[in-house]
Amino acid sequence: MSTLLAAPTKKPRTTMSKARKPTTSPPSRKTKTRRSKATAQTLAGQQREISVSEFFAKNRHLLGFDNPRKALLTTIKEAVDNAMDACEEGGILPDIFVQVLQLGETRFKVTVRDNGPGIVKQQIEHIFGKLLYGSKFHRLKMSRGQQGIGISAAGMYGLMTTGKPVLIISKPSKKKPAHEMRIKMDTSKNRAEVVSDEVHQEDDKLFPQGTGTQVEIELEGKYLKGRQSIDEYLEQTAIANPHAHITYVTPGNETRTFPRSVDELPDEPKEIKPHPKGIELGTLIQMLERTEAAKVGAFLQNDFCRVGPSKAKEICQTAGMTNMTWVKNVGHREAEALYKAIQEVKLTAPPTDCLVPIGSKALLAGLLKGVKAEFYTASTRPPAVYRGNPFQIEVGLAFGGELPAQETARVIRFANRVPLLYQQAECCSFKAVLDASWKNYELSQPKGSLPLGPLVVMIHMASVWVPFTSESKEAIADYDEIRKEMKLALQECGRKLGTYLRRRKRMQRESERRSIFERYIREVAKSCEKITGADAKKLYEALLRQAERRTAQADQQLDDEGRILNETARLAKDEQVVIVPAQQPDPANNGNEIGESLFENPPKPQRRKTTKRSRKKPRSPRRTAKRK
Amino acid sequence: MAKKRSKKTPTMKTPSPRTSPRTTPGSSATVTKDRDKKTLMKIDELGEAIVKSSLAQRDPHVDIPMRTVSNTKFNKSKRILEMGSNAQRRNLFNLSMAKKFMQTVLLADGCKDLIEAGKTLSLRGMYYKSLHTIEGTNEKTFNDQSESDPVLEDLEVSLGALREELHVYARKAGTIAGNITLIDSGDEIDCRRMGSGGYSIPSICEPNIIQFKKCEAKFVLHVEKNTIWSRFNEDRFWQTHNCILTEGGGQPPRGVRRLLRRLHEELGLPIYCLLDCDPWGHYIYSVIKQGSINLAFESQRMAVPDAKFIGIRAEDYERCELSDDVKITLTDRDITRAKQIAEYPWFVDKKPWQREIKRMLANGFKMEVESLITKDISYVTETYVPQRLEERDFLD
Ligand SMILES: Nc1ncnc2c1ncn2[C@@H]1O[C@H](COP(=O)(O)OP(=O)(O)OP(=O)(O)O)[C@@H](O)[C@H]1O
Ligand SMILES: [Mg+2]
Repeated sequence: MSTLLAAPTKKPRTTMSKARKPTTSPPSRKTKTRRSKATAQTLAGQQREISVSEFFAKNRHLLGFDNPRKALLTTIKEAVDNAMDACEEGGILPDIFVQVLQLGETRFKVTVRDNGPGIVKQQIEHIFGKLLYGSKFHRLKMSRGQQGIGISAAGMYGLMTTGKPVLIISKPSKKKPAHEMRIKMDTSKNRAEVVSDEVHQEDDKLFPQGTGTQVEIELEGKYLKGRQSIDEYLEQTAIANPHAHITYVTPGNETRTFPRSVDELPDEPKEIKPHPKGIELGTLIQMLERTEAAKVGAFLQNDFCRVGPSKAKEICQTAGMTNMTWVKNVGHREAEALYKAIQEVKLTAPPTDCLVPIGSKALLAGLLKGVKAEFYTASTRPPAVYRGNPFQIEVGLAFGGELPAQETARVIRFANRVPLLYQQAECCSFKAVLDASWKNYELSQPKGSLPLGPLVVMIHMASVWVPFTSESKEAIADYDEIRKEMKLALQECGRKLGTYLRRRKRMQRESERRSIFERYIREVAKSCEKITGADAKKLYEALLRQAERRTAQADQQLDDEGRILNETARLAKDEQVVIVPAQQPDPANNGNEIGESLFENPPKPQRRKTTKRSRKKPRSPRRTAKRK
Repeated sequence: MAKKRSKKTPTMKTPSPRTSPRTTPGSSATVTKDRDKKTLMKIDELGEAIVKSSLAQRDPHVDIPMRTVSNTKFNKSKRILEMGSNAQRRNLFNLSMAKKFMQTVLLADGCKDLIEAGKTLSLRGMYYKSLHTIEGTNEKTFNDQSESDPVLEDLEVSLGALREELHVYARKAGTIAGNITLIDSGDEIDCRRMGSGGYSIPSICEPNIIQFKKCEAKFVLHVEKNTIWSRFNEDRFWQTHNCILTEGGGQPPRGVRRLLRRLHEELGLPIYCLLDCDPWGHYIYSVIKQGSINLAFESQRMAVPDAKFIGIRAEDYERCELSDDVKITLTDRDITRAKQIAEYPWFVDKKPWQREIKRMLANGFKMEVESLITKDISYVTETYVPQRLEERDFLD
């Protein structure tokens, strides 16, 4: 909670690189396209500063509000992302309520409520009334939000399409009542206009745990199911966030619950300072402008990670200055020298303990809950670095079961646990899936296409700064380092899938064989009884035992390595087999967290599942099930 | 191959012949009993072996002597085909054999039933007897009779028991007429008074069923098919030439072959065969003479190594001045078949046979016995056969 309350004390800046771009270039471009003759004087008369809000209002597609359907989804996404971030920062297991109320054919009211730490009253107007205002931009910490645009953009879109202000009810203190505010954004000034400010009385029902925030936005939208729908977004959110409980009331007034399947909060991600190799020249100049350090040496040591006194000295010397050079004397040329020096000097990679991956165990729990497949596997890569930013890739595969067998695989993409539903083809993770050679894993893959078959590929990138291709945070930019890690993780999972599929094929062959033998054995036993007088039943049993022994080989191998969780399924062909593949018996890879514990002690929430799946027998951890 | 062609001939449903032992004379009844006992013991052994390996968790098996050319040996001194020692092991726990294994045991069980009940069944009857749906499936024990027939042959060879001993008889095809009186299951059959149809040769011609009572005939003329047989019978050939006239409907069934063998062996009658001039005709001759590959183990009781081949000969086209109409072009299959037959060990060093086959191949056509009819309706009975017999012009 402390970080949250402390965060906004940093001065919000609207002159960050992203924000600056629009203020400078668009007007000049505009002038070029003018057909009528204009003089410098007339043009000068037209020059005017453009507020960020104004720019985004005109370019709302950049923020994910291109069309009514997407706008509705983006609004929910921004609010839910914030809710989850807030809960996690507050150390609270998220309990999130989402309601989409249809007011007219194209008019909706979105309500998102969390049980997070709440927002102090003074901050509300800035958060909801100002673009590029947030606690997450000026730090390097793994979180869903990072730009300070999200919720205010949603509010702005609502205001623009319906004229209605955003309604915020927040309760930051257990003892004090909640406050209720209506905020309008003044786009021309990028400032909030407080429409009403009251104390909210009956907040017990809203915040049973004492704190929380509810955001209500009215907007023009369109509600459709299927791909890229709210439902899909929430389903995928549940997969990547098995520690969250989500309740969703649809426009049709149906309630869908996504129950929690892991009872622990992910570890709190650590905030880190930027790594020198990860910044661009412009950022370096900004940091120099903003630093509290007086001397360059101190600046390097204080404002960056992985720079100690000796490295600071080395950088300064390479740049032709000293530790003691005054920051205020560093001009553009010096900054450039400093930037070059940073590239030359060898530096330790940034710390990676700032990353909190979902973890294979929780990832499997999420997949098991959300995807009805037969085979699940997950892999978490060790952390790596792109452009000085630590990141970590995780991949999960779900295969078979109720997944459509005739279609191409489905890729579900996540960045810092947020599902990415748009611009799949632009996304690094999608490209990595295309790159993997699925043929090696017993799947067919037409050239340049996704593999075919009942497969869901989940890719998660965790990073202190996810390089999105645009502000709408829809696709991950294609960095070689990122793509490589993704491929490695896919290969790891793919190999396991391949092993399983090969084994499954063999198993099918074996059980077919067995059924052939079983069919004839009874006849043979009966005839032998009639010929010799031997007991047919005894004979039958002896032969059956032999048939099992002769066809048991493949089963045994599966038992040893494959951890069949529902063994009876092997005989009844259409039933699901849930398998968690063991780690390869590779000694280097020992002690991995996958599997065992997850399924031997199924997380409690799994038992209170209310989905269809719970009808199935509980996946008994040991293969105790005997053939009937 | 010959086997295939014989399968094409549909098996007739035959009225149950009066073959039951009850009508046989006392002495042969005890023979029958002893034989049945022996057969039952063989079936029992087969069953015991399976039970033993099953209980010992070993893969049960039945060894089936192979009925292939490579596993038949020509015994030069006896001049008959004998079965070699190569056997194929039929296992239960082998995907490609499991069903056949089950069928073999099923038929063994069926035969035991028959023997114990003192009844006989046709191959088709046997198929129906063992036909049922396998418990818990919708699969039948046999898809059709063509599946059960070879399995029964397998059973015969693996038990070393004759089909008759298993109380199963083959289709009945074959006709006899001539100067002989037979006893068939106690009934006297005068083959001189059989009208236009002749007496149909029973499937089982073992001494306990068929005895020879009175025979004046001096030889047997065996023709390939019924049409030619009728020609000879209508012309009272057997009367004018004092012989017996038989026919086996293509490849002669076991009953016919057994009868020929007994006529030759017990009554000393020479056997002359009038067959088509084509690989099939040559093969029929070979079967009568040396035994069939399929049932090589039975040739000892069936083959007539002294049987002679009267015709039709490849040279007859010119010799008898036949018209072009009789030519039937040899197919590629005929040619390969002919070459195979030429390689049979009992033909390979017989120059006249080599010449005959070569000539047929050189002709490029085959001829049926019926082709002689183009000359004159009775040419074959009045000229062709008497001339050959007189000149002792035949192949051996
Ligand atoms: N439900 C909430 N509970 C507590 N604090 C919140 C909540 N929603 C937003 N905030 C605060 O408001 C700030 C601004 O949110 P906003 O969504 O505009 O930007 P962001 O989440 O920082 O970045 P992004 O643009 O990537 O979403 C957040 O940084 C957070 O500190
Ligand atoms: Mg946000």
